[in-house]
Amino acid sequence: MSDVILDIRGLEKSFGALKATDGVTLDLRRGEIHALIGPNGAGKSTLIKQITGEIRQDRGSITFEGQAIDGLDAAARARLGLARSFQVSSVVPEFTALENTMLAVLGAGGGVFRFLRPALHDPALTDPARFHLDQAGLAGRAAVPAGVLSHGERRRLEIAMALAMRPRAFLLDEPMAGMGAEGARDLTAILSDLRAEAPILLVEHDMDAVFALADRISVLVYGRIIATGSVEEIRANAEVRRSYLGEEA
Amino acid sequence: MGRVRRMRQAAIVNAAVFALLVAVALAAHVLGAPYVVTLATKAAIFAMAGVGLNLALGYGGMVSFGHAAFFGIGGYVTGIFASHAAAGTPVLTLPFTVAGSAEMLGIWPMVMVVTALAAMVIGALSLRTTGVYFIMVTLAFAQMVYYFAISWRAYGGEDGLSFYVRNSFPGLNTFAPIQFFAIAAALLALAMGFVALVTRSRFGLALQAARANPQRVMASGIRPFALRLTAFVLSAVIVGLAGSLYADLNRFVSPAMLSWHMSGEIMVFVILGGVGRLAGPVAGAGVFILLEQVLGGVSDYWQALLGLLLLAIVLYAPGGILGLLPGGRRHV
Amino acid sequence: MLLAEQALNGLQYGMMLFLMAAGLTLVFGVMGLINLAHGSLYMLGAYACAWVAAATGSFALGLAASLAAAAAAGAVVEVAVIRRLYARDHLEQVLATFALILVFSEGTRWVFGSFPLYLTLPGALSGAVTLPGGLQYPLFRLAIIATGAAVALGLWLLIGRTRLGIRIRAGEADREMVAALGVDIARLYTMVFALGAALAGLAGALVGTIQSVQVGMGEPVLILAFVVIVIGGIGSIKGAFVAALLVGLTDALGKALLPSLFARVMEASAANGIGAALGSMLIYILMAAVLIWRPEGLYGARA
Repeated sequence: MSDVILDIRGLEKSFGALKATDGVTLDLRRGEIHALIGPNGAGKSTLIKQITGEIRQDRGSITFEGQAIDGLDAAARARLGLARSFQVSSVVPEFTALENTMLAVLGAGGGVFRFLRPALHDPALTDPARFHLDQAGLAGRAAVPAGVLSHGERRRLEIAMALAMRPRAFLLDEPMAGMGAEGARDLTAILSDLRAEAPILLVEHDMDAVFALADRISVLVYGRIIATGSVEEIRANAEVRRSYLGEEA
Repeated sequence: MGRVRRMRQAAIVNAAVFALLVAVALAAHVLGAPYVVTLATKAAIFAMAGVGLNLALGYGGMVSFGHAAFFGIGGYVTGIFASHAAAGTPVLTLPFTVAGSAEMLGIWPMVMVVTALAAMVIGALSLRTTGVYFIMVTLAFAQMVYYFAISWRAYGGEDGLSFYVRNSFPGLNTFAPIQFFAIAAALLALAMGFVALVTRSRFGLALQAARANPQRVMASGIRPFALRLTAFVLSAVIVGLAGSLYADLNRFVSPAMLSWHMSGEIMVFVILGGVGRLAGPVAGAGVFILLEQVLGGVSDYWQALLGLLLLAIVLYAPGGILGLLPGGRRHV
Repeated sequence: MLLAEQALNGLQYGMMLFLMAAGLTLVFGVMGLINLAHGSLYMLGAYACAWVAAATGSFALGLAASLAAAAAAGAVVEVAVIRRLYARDHLEQVLATFALILVFSEGTRWVFGSFPLYLTLPGALSGAVTLPGGLQYPLFRLAIIATGAAVALGLWLLIGRTRLGIRIRAGEADREMVAALGVDIARLYTMVFALGAALAGLAGALVGTIQSVQVGMGEPVLILAFVVIVIGGIGSIKGAFVAALLVGLTDALGKALLPSLFARVMEASAANGIGAALGSMLIYILMAAVLIWRPEGLYGARA
């Protein structure tokens, strides 16, 4: 089982009477893209937030590379290499693409509390930042403030920032959201290459992308995983077709 | 590259504003107007307080309405050391003996230590809150220090504490207005240089990111709380040093230095000049002193006019005075 | 006996703070505005009452004038300045309302001069009553307590039971929705602001009978009102009520009891000094303690 990077067991979370996460067990293995799909309101975002540490589960455990991380806050989990992107682009709009990526390099590498040396002249920050911008296809846009990047470019910037976190696993929350067909195709190619860096837990609505990328798919409905399997298995699963794809079996 | 040009223009504006202050003091000295030199000194000291607050407020996004606490604590530490030195008694005997001092170089480190400790306590508690709560909580903590000073009879209570001899600085006659101005201007320049470096550093990068998007900073593995508390303490130390100079300027400290009017005024220096602009507080404090002199000559009720002007700036020129000049409203 | 008297003083102080805090917290809860000039409206109420009472000889007319003047000033300021600030950030709100304080304070000094005015109590309310247990207590302070309780009840009914209250609560929850339903949001906001101003003016008039009426009288009260709404939870009237009484009682009892408590362990003059210093800081210590325990205040919405 050393192939398991992220191991989630029996996770439960309620908001009042609503069970947002109802006994979710899920794992992420080395070298794979594991897609998490489900209708709106299924509890995907709540699940992601419990993994990143933004909210705490009521019950269950999360193990990352063999270490229980239930007691760690979001910053500590990020430093372990749990890199995430946000459903709605979350960058620092007045920073350039380079500065945004430098922030991620800084978080991963430590040494935040240095006060006198200009960060923009610090190759220990700028070199990796430029490298990861290039990886995400943004090399030419380094000096542009993130606020004026196009939507697709901001999605790529998030990927660059996730890469700069020295990731041991990616949590990508709807990276395709709002992308045009061409942008989605480009991003699909980038994500496909990413899995060599670290495995990806991918929350995504774009089914073309999911079926093209995923090694395994889990289906979340009303806070429960109703099926986990390969693309073919999920396509063929009657319960999935009924409850998620909305088809009569 | 527009951005680099904007930054260069901003640097020119910063240098020009500071040079103007020095030029006014020098001209007044040459023309034999020591009163104006003293006004320029006051402007430099207020500017330094504003530069300090700006680090927390402009760059860190922490709207502290309680920085008078640090201004006043800096002043009181100075007054207490000076008065003990004059009386020949120790400041503390327990747990260890601390002698009084009439040397600025001996007093300043004490000011820095005490304001840093106060800021650590106030900051750690206040930063548990955000938004309006933070504004009100910092205000309330400053009031707490204010009432403490009022009821602390040993150091003058409500009446304040006078010390008759301005503290000394090696090689200078601190009683000569232009020489005391030089000390204030040098400390102001140091504070501006320090803030300029800090805001461009790794720490500054993370701090400004935390102002704009704390969630992203957290996801990058950095805790905004530690960044903010550090900036709050650094900011308080600069304001405390300004308070120390202000005590020396007047050779007098009183609870008024701790009052919420003082907090408001320091904030006014920052806003009047331009939030998050390095020389903003310098321009703001200079204009404030100028208005006080000019409007104060027009009417006894000059603060009402100041209020109207301030209102106009907030409503119609939110970038402050420097926002009207080249270099953009705010640079990262 | 002393304790009971101090407790009543604390209750009276708390009720007065509630009158101030209710307006502040209402304005913040509904419009999201932090208003430093609330203390100026309190001062205005006190001046209006003192001036009208002196001119007419009627305290009742003075009270009516304080309500009317503060509400009118509140409405004017809201229309002229405040409504431009709703969409701004808190920093700009703080600055603009700080500027308003300067204008109000200097304006009042210009009109009335720097010398304090004094309000004389109407005969019917002066003197003391003997309470059960034999305690002699000023009737007027009891009247303040009763007024505070009546206002609290009135606000509770207003917010909970009337059409205006429903609109206020709805406006708090969703501005666009209420506007879409055809409610004139701008007018609603002016009314809420004037209501808060009137309560502040009333508080000023009542306190004017205990203290002198002077420029700057609103500022210490304003800051305490901030402490109250931070403790109570910003936006919550119920929180403001509970916290106001808590702060009033803590302050009065702390100032009365601490010096004698310290006197048991140290010599009298030192105990007096430390007791007084600590007594005046006690409510801020209370606030710090509440914030450590619940950063969003007693009745605040959890973020």
